[in-house]
Amino acid sequence: MIEVKNIQKKFGDKVVIENVSAQMKPGQCNLIIGASGSGKTVLMKCMVGLLTPDQGEICYQGENFFSMRQEQHTAIRKEIGMLFQGSALFDSLSVEQNIMFPLDMFTKDTSAQKLKRVNEVLERVSLKDVNHKFPAELSGGMKKRVALARAVVLNPKYLFCDEPNSGLDPQTSLVIDKLIKDLTVEFNITTVVNTHDMNSVMETGDYILYMYQGKKEWEGTRQDIIFSNNKLLNDFIFASEFLKDAKDMRMLEQTGKMPNFRNMDDMIKP
Amino acid sequence: MSLLSDIGRFMLMLKGMFKRPEKASMYWKELMRQCMEIGFGSLGIVAIISVFIGAVSTIQTAYQLVSPLVPLTTIAQIVRDTVILEFAPTLVCIVLAGVAGSRIASELGNMRVSEQIDALEIMGVNTKTYLILPKIAAAMLMIPLLVIIAMALGIWGGRLAGTAAGIISPTIFDKGLADDFLPYNVFFALTKGYVFSFIISSVPAFYGYYVRGGALEIGRASTKAVVVSCILILFADYILSALLL
Ligand SMILES: Nc1ncnc2c1ncn2[C@@H]1O[C@H](COP(=O)(O)OP(=O)(O)OP(=O)(O)O)[C@@H](O)[C@H]1O
Ligand SMILES: [Mg+2]
Repeated sequence: MIEVKNIQKKFGDKVVIENVSAQMKPGQCNLIIGASGSGKTVLMKCMVGLLTPDQGEICYQGENFFSMRQEQHTAIRKEIGMLFQGSALFDSLSVEQNIMFPLDMFTKDTSAQKLKRVNEVLERVSLKDVNHKFPAELSGGMKKRVALARAVVLNPKYLFCDEPNSGLDPQTSLVIDKLIKDLTVEFNITTVVNTHDMNSVMETGDYILYMYQGKKEWEGTRQDIIFSNNKLLNDFIFASEFLKDAKDMRMLEQTGKMPNFRNMDDMIKP
Repeated sequence: MSLLSDIGRFMLMLKGMFKRPEKASMYWKELMRQCMEIGFGSLGIVAIISVFIGAVSTIQTAYQLVSPLVPLTTIAQIVRDTVILEFAPTLVCIVLAGVAGSRIASELGNMRVSEQIDALEIMGVNTKTYLILPKIAAAMLMIPLLVIIAMALGIWGGRLAGTAAGIISPTIFDKGLADDFLPYNVFFALTKGYVFSFIISSVPAFYGYYVRGGALEIGRASTKAVVVSCILILFADYILSALLL
């Protein structure tokens, strides 16, 4: 479990994260959602210790990351897999070498075992015949998937994904969401995902933290979202008429009534 | 003020470099890769420069020594000493600051900007140890070797040019080379080589590792790294000459 306690982060005078707290449990997908620039990436980087917050604590299994000794940091980091927003693949290494890197660095496996594991994860992110390509030869979405493969290759205990499906087509996007979800459940991973993809929110969001201009505006599950009256959240999640309709339909399905009579006229008419 | 804080951060970077490697074989592989890049990658340019520098020194020395009282062997002696003392170590290292230094700065800068360094940190790799130490070690292994090659090629170039221009015959040149030869000069040149190779690798590594921003800043950092390395090389050259000669 990861606990975020009253995190604040400023860049110069600009407050980017203001007093955010959250609890991210293992075995579930914890989503951080919010508009572009609302501080999702900064919050995630604070959580993994790439940025040091000005105030607050990040606790892994109850221990504050920022008051640990260096060795404990390293120990925790070895259990973290992270997918960066910009993929961050090593561009001097091929796809295979990229994914093998953590194995090379931290395991004593034989080359055959490592290669087997690499092909296994590549298959899970539905990539084929790319082993010997270099990152510069891949499309953005392929890079994302290779980076995800690299993040999970060591079976991490904590998985951080910064926009895993931005730049992917809807179908691959669903595959990736499902993969993240499956891994999370299968290996009881504490997964934290930054996203503004509504599909992912509705499919995978066991816990959702909605950030608005650096503050926690709302939190809850994907069920709660449908019944939420928070205006900012509703405007953000159900931005289009299409999505508003979808929300109302879900509500109708679950409770037998609609919250408002937005489209009732159209429906009643023959 | 910013100079002092830069020096402080530089020292911290060097200190942070000495951590236990996560896995020796990976560090060894990285060291070998850097040795290839720094050593073989710069061999061509070093060879070309040394041969021409040697050739030009012979012709210019002959041009300046017009007195018939000075024996021709003196030309060879002068070429030998200038090549060994100054041209091979200093000039070659200045060129290497441009070739290898800018490569180191832009490689690390690119890794920083595209979050590859962060990705390594997250895996639990000590990035200063993994990325910087092998570069400095490789430079200190390979650059003195390049300096020795430059000495040999410089003198050979001088001999070739002297013969081609009909200034001095190879036998007289060889005799001059052996006259009053001081092995200490070679030791001095190698000392310079070690100091300079440390500068060439650590200064660009510092500027690259701490880049902030984007592609534009990588360019700026590598230019700055080359300029600062060159100035430091010349400064160290002066100090070492004053101390050791
Ligand atoms: N290194 C930095 N220095 C100064 N300001 C920064 C820095 N990193 C981020 N910011 C600012 O912090 C705010 C939040 O940025 P962040 O990258 O967390 O947004 P985000 O929610 O991840 O957006 P997106 O969905 O577009 O990725 C932005 O206003 C940005 O300008
Ligand atoms: Mg972001």
